[in-house]
Amino acid sequence: MGHPFRDVAIVGVFNTKQARVLEGYDSQSIALEAALGAIADAGLEPRDIDGVVGGIASNFLYQSRIGPAWRSMSPLGIPAVIEGAMAIACGLANTVLIATGEAGSYRQHASTAPWTRPTNEFVAAYGMFTAAEFALMARRHMHMYGTTPESMAHVAATIRNNGHVNPQAVYSGRGPFTADDVLNSRMVADPFHLLDCAMTSEGGTALVLTHADRAGDLAKTPVHLLGGGTDHYGPSYQHPPVWDLGGVRRPDLVAGHVGRRAAEEAFAFAGLGPSDVDVCEFYDPFSFELIRQFEAYGFCAEGEGGDYVMSGVIEPGGRHPITTDGGTMSFSHGGASVQLFQRVIRGVQQLRGECISSQVANAEVAMCTGGGAGALFTDVLLLGKERP
Amino acid sequence: MSMLIPQAGDIPLPDPGPISAPYWQGCRAGVLRFQRCLDCGAPTHTPALLCAACTSMNLEWVDSSGLGEIYSWTRVWRPVTPAFITPYVPIIVTMEEGWSILSNLVGCEDDSVAIGQLVEVEFHHSGGPDDIWLPYFHHRSS
Repeated sequence: MGHPFRDVAIVGVFNTKQARVLEGYDSQSIALEAALGAIADAGLEPRDIDGVVGGIASNFLYQSRIGPAWRSMSPLGIPAVIEGAMAIACGLANTVLIATGEAGSYRQHASTAPWTRPTNEFVAAYGMFTAAEFALMARRHMHMYGTTPESMAHVAATIRNNGHVNPQAVYSGRGPFTADDVLNSRMVADPFHLLDCAMTSEGGTALVLTHADRAGDLAKTPVHLLGGGTDHYGPSYQHPPVWDLGGVRRPDLVAGHVGRRAAEEAFAFAGLGPSDVDVCEFYDPFSFELIRQFEAYGFCAEGEGGDYVMSGVIEPGGRHPITTDGGTMSFSHGGASVQLFQRVIRGVQQLRGECISSQVANAEVAMCTGGGAGALFTDVLLLGKERP
Repeated sequence: MSMLIPQAGDIPLPDPGPISAPYWQGCRAGVLRFQRCLDCGAPTHTPALLCAACTSMNLEWVDSSGLGEIYSWTRVWRPVTPAFITPYVPIIVTMEEGWSILSNLVGCEDDSVAIGQLVEVEFHHSGGPDDIWLPYFHHRSS
């Protein structure tokens, strides 16, 4: 049997302008702008689309009159990309648009963003939101392995410096940052300082997948899905974020290592390992999460993530540069779901060699991720230039 | 430094459902309850229909000792909503019976929390339409 995604290619990607506030937009209008941008990036027309995934799906189908078409409402990043790829691989669709956007839904900042604090009877009364959820995971790791705030701050400074030099980042030009700058920023949820945390912002993002046989005729270099996987333990932010949760099927697959199984599956699909990854487009809701991900995916041993990120591998020019556009800390956190696609968008741009900042020379394989331990899920996607 | 106390403002309160009602009734009576499997004996929390260890639906409500130890903690300075007074200290407690609960630490200075500390439940009357008593935890010596 051939590779399951042999016949699939990502041929269009697009980020709209990202900003703290996008005046004049709502979520549907910014998502529509993203959709048209990705279709144009591929050199296609809206009428070429016969499958749609994501927050824009229904509205786009109606407005463009391209129905009947295959549709999924899968909203959250990498699983939506995998689903779109499966639709093409199965012959349910030829060309799939995946698009989402958010604007205008969070502009009064007295409370944290709505997507950070789902209503739940066992956590809401205790003041929980994403930073606190991820902090409880980070604190457990610090206790077990001696992981330091300094190593977390180094991650945050590295990502924020990638955003500093990216003209398209919301926080472009705000740096450069040192680890001390991060450690000296005000505390949000111990051990996370303000600069250890994602921002809130607005934006749209989209990508287009099509059959690999058609991809060669289109505008841009096709990028292929070498492998992917999703690890989920249940609903986010509704139950205590216990590092040791799970492990019924395999003792090492506890919530603290969420993403390990997904990465194993992705690497097995691809016939690759961590040492083959040229660009680590890791999701960065909080600085600690990258330390955890390097351990979960097998780049380093359990408990060694703190030393690993301090060893010179994650910076531009290092062996495994991270989150090269500035991520959710500096590029954008476009809303509840936009940012969960943007690691994939950046991975594609890296493999095309078209990044206007922090381009990794001769990048062949990109690892894109979403989620994190505090949310009890992590999704993984391996992208490559070679058709699998 | 500041003394940690139960939140007294207009915080979001639980809206008990049919599965969780016995838990909140227990809190109102000053007893922390959890579910235990009648088939395998494993504890389950948060309130569920299935045993977390063997997926049996044969669960009973049991009174906890209310004693546990801190498994992890954070100290929050940016409140989730303005109703919360900062700093507050979310904790995960491993209870003596082997189950985990999320709560807040109270009754001590905000910088005196650590993993492994022994804690005991207390209940704070938060009110609301369901007359909620919220479980919090304070340090204990043994």
